[in-house]
Amino acid sequence: MDAGSNNDVNIKAKALADALERYAGTRGALIPLLQEAQEIYGYLPREIMQEIAGKLKIPFSQVYGVATFYTQFHLKPRGRNIIRVCQGTACHVRGGARLLEAISAALGIGKNETTADGRFTLETVACLGSCGLAPVMMINEETYGRLVPEKIPAILEKY
Amino acid sequence: MQDLKEWRETLQQQSHRGDRPSLTVGMSTCGQAAGGAKVMAALAEEIARRGLQVDISQTSCIGMCYAEPIVEVALPGKPRVFYGDVTPERVPGLIEKHLVQGEPVREWALIQLSGEATPYEGIPVMPGSTYYGRQVRVVTSRLGLTNPESLEEYIATGGYEALEKVLSGMSPEQVIEEIKISGLRGRGGAGFPTGLKWSFTRQAPGDKKYVVCNADEGDPGAFMDRSVLEGDPFAVIEGMTIAAYAIGADEGYIYCRAEYPLAIKRLKMAITAAGEKGLLGRDILGTGFNFDLHIKAGAGAFVCGEETALLASIEGKRGMPRVRPPFPAQQGLWGKPTNINNVETYANVPFIIKNGGQWFAAMGTEKSKGTKVFCLTGKVKKTGLIEVPMGITLREIIFDIAGGIQDDKQFKAVQIGGPSGGCLPEDKLDLPVDYDSLTRAGAIMGSGGMVVMDENTCMVDVARFFLNFTQAESCGKCTPCREGTKRMLEILTRICEGQGKMEDLDTLETLARVVKNTALCGLGQTCPNPILSTLQYFRQEYEAHIKDKRCPAHVCQALLVYTIDAGKCTGCGACARACPAGAISGEKKQPHRIDPALCIKCGSCMEKCKFGAISRL
Repeated sequence: MDAGSNNDVNIKAKALADALERYAGTRGALIPLLQEAQEIYGYLPREIMQEIAGKLKIPFSQVYGVATFYTQFHLKPRGRNIIRVCQGTACHVRGGARLLEAISAALGIGKNETTADGRFTLETVACLGSCGLAPVMMINEETYGRLVPEKIPAILEKY
Repeated sequence: MQDLKEWRETLQQQSHRGDRPSLTVGMSTCGQAAGGAKVMAALAEEIARRGLQVDISQTSCIGMCYAEPIVEVALPGKPRVFYGDVTPERVPGLIEKHLVQGEPVREWALIQLSGEATPYEGIPVMPGSTYYGRQVRVVTSRLGLTNPESLEEYIATGGYEALEKVLSGMSPEQVIEEIKISGLRGRGGAGFPTGLKWSFTRQAPGDKKYVVCNADEGDPGAFMDRSVLEGDPFAVIEGMTIAAYAIGADEGYIYCRAEYPLAIKRLKMAITAAGEKGLLGRDILGTGFNFDLHIKAGAGAFVCGEETALLASIEGKRGMPRVRPPFPAQQGLWGKPTNINNVETYANVPFIIKNGGQWFAAMGTEKSKGTKVFCLTGKVKKTGLIEVPMGITLREIIFDIAGGIQDDKQFKAVQIGGPSGGCLPEDKLDLPVDYDSLTRAGAIMGSGGMVVMDENTCMVDVARFFLNFTQAESCGKCTPCREGTKRMLEILTRICEGQGKMEDLDTLETLARVVKNTALCGLGQTCPNPILSTLQYFRQEYEAHIKDKRCPAHVCQALLVYTIDAGKCTGCGACARACPAGAISGEKKQPHRIDPALCIKCGSCMEKCKFGAISRL
């Protein structure tokens, strides 16, 4: 491990310690803490969940139960860019399924999978709330609307 | 309180849209998805290049999603003109003609808002345009017209007048009475009378009480809560503050979907801004009334829209509903009396208090008062966010406001109320839109999603789509929902794959009724609605899938057969190159063939064929 990544580990540990400090003694802290931890690490590593359980003085099973209940939490590392294809009703009737197929074909991965180079993770989402522009997808924080499969390769190239 | 009044008057006199030309870009999530940020950058660049003195600001969703990105151009003393489908390429022309030469570009203009100015000729005026003519904008009255991030603009446009009125002499009971007079019913879907709910929480014993806003809009096909949160966050906060005063609470939570980062950002800004001006927090407006407001970001679980599951989630647990009673009004968050309403319900409150309950009750029908915001999406010409008086018919919404079906195809069904709603056919188009009529027809108001479907939609596939969703989102606590959705989905999948039997339809109906009657919470109780309504109105489509092994809308892949018409095929080979399965063969310039055993029915060949030689049966 080089000095840079060591530094990185320290920064992350510090950020988590800060979050734990901020939520100390607050009721209902578990979900926001898991959200912050995932923000820091990109996913929820087991030892981080154990650390949170210890700090909140609750059983690990409870932390694990919450982390697996909500779709937002991920227990495995994800790619650098997260693609979220909307599967809402409006997108469905306007060809959302074909969009997912096109992305899947372009990247060679299925739903909830990550490309071998770690560049993309492909996920689906129940609705992004941009139904007026259906079908839509989000890459990281950016939303793309009025999509057709032909537009996909050019968009993916930007990442 | 006097300070607030004076501040409002000063703000109104200063009216920021006075003496300088201004450009405003719709920058809610949909505006941004359509490229609003690029347009805003292009506008700024062009303004700088020409050295013009122009204010550039952002606004939220005005409702015409079909025309995003939308830009408003306003010259001093002239009507505000809204342009749709603005691209960076159109920006220089727009600025040259409208800002420099003072002439609106009529062919690009959507509507104008004239106020006291004389309207431009040849551009529809907002209240009279076909899109807005039948709408009544209350909750959405600021959307697209003000800067949602500005407390000053909120106050200048009448914001906090209601809280002022409440805190300068109304008793909590009087506030509740006013809400009862208005007849406001919960806009989250179930339609419980809001005033009654508030009085239950007020009467519940206990000195610590909570106010909670359900902003966990998880319905696929619905985005009105997002639009209101992004477009008028202060109205939601003011409504919650009034509710807190009425029920005797001093603390509140907004539980907002994490998928709505912009809504969360704007809420945070609004809470900070209101707090700084003494409109939230300790000793509000010097009256001794306290109200602290927190935001909780949801973590992605549809069931958290159910009130008891939502409360469990705020408490940091798995979002599972529990048996009611006790209702949250008696035992809610951390066991304390809690009032939960949805975003649109709270956003209505300041308008009701300001204008009086009678004013609100004068709109709508006998049992459904006021207006309702709907998200109109799917196969209509004009998708968007609309607000209409209750009692308007579906036909008026779909054909008058939204301009009818895309590409002039045949209307087939409108799906109302999200996964808990139902699909209504053409002969229900004259149904008035109110809570009770919709329920009688087998749909529900839901939160207000309205997805229009045309002849190319398969209703069995739609039912399966919703069941797939509810099955995945069922929390698994109660057996009818956990097992029932799974079995129903299996049957629907079988039918879509051409393996259905006629007795499946009876099993499906029985299962649907059992789940509806026995599930623990709203998710399970309503998830059979899409099945029951499609069985009721589109039974012949189910039968076609089962008896004829045919999908009349050509959607269910397993039932499709692709063939090439030898007479039309020129042998160009485009289809064979497009086929990912290598199922098409043939000599150059000779008619090609599709091998049904290899065909994966993706339809790529049909899209590529320029001669219309490929058909789908």
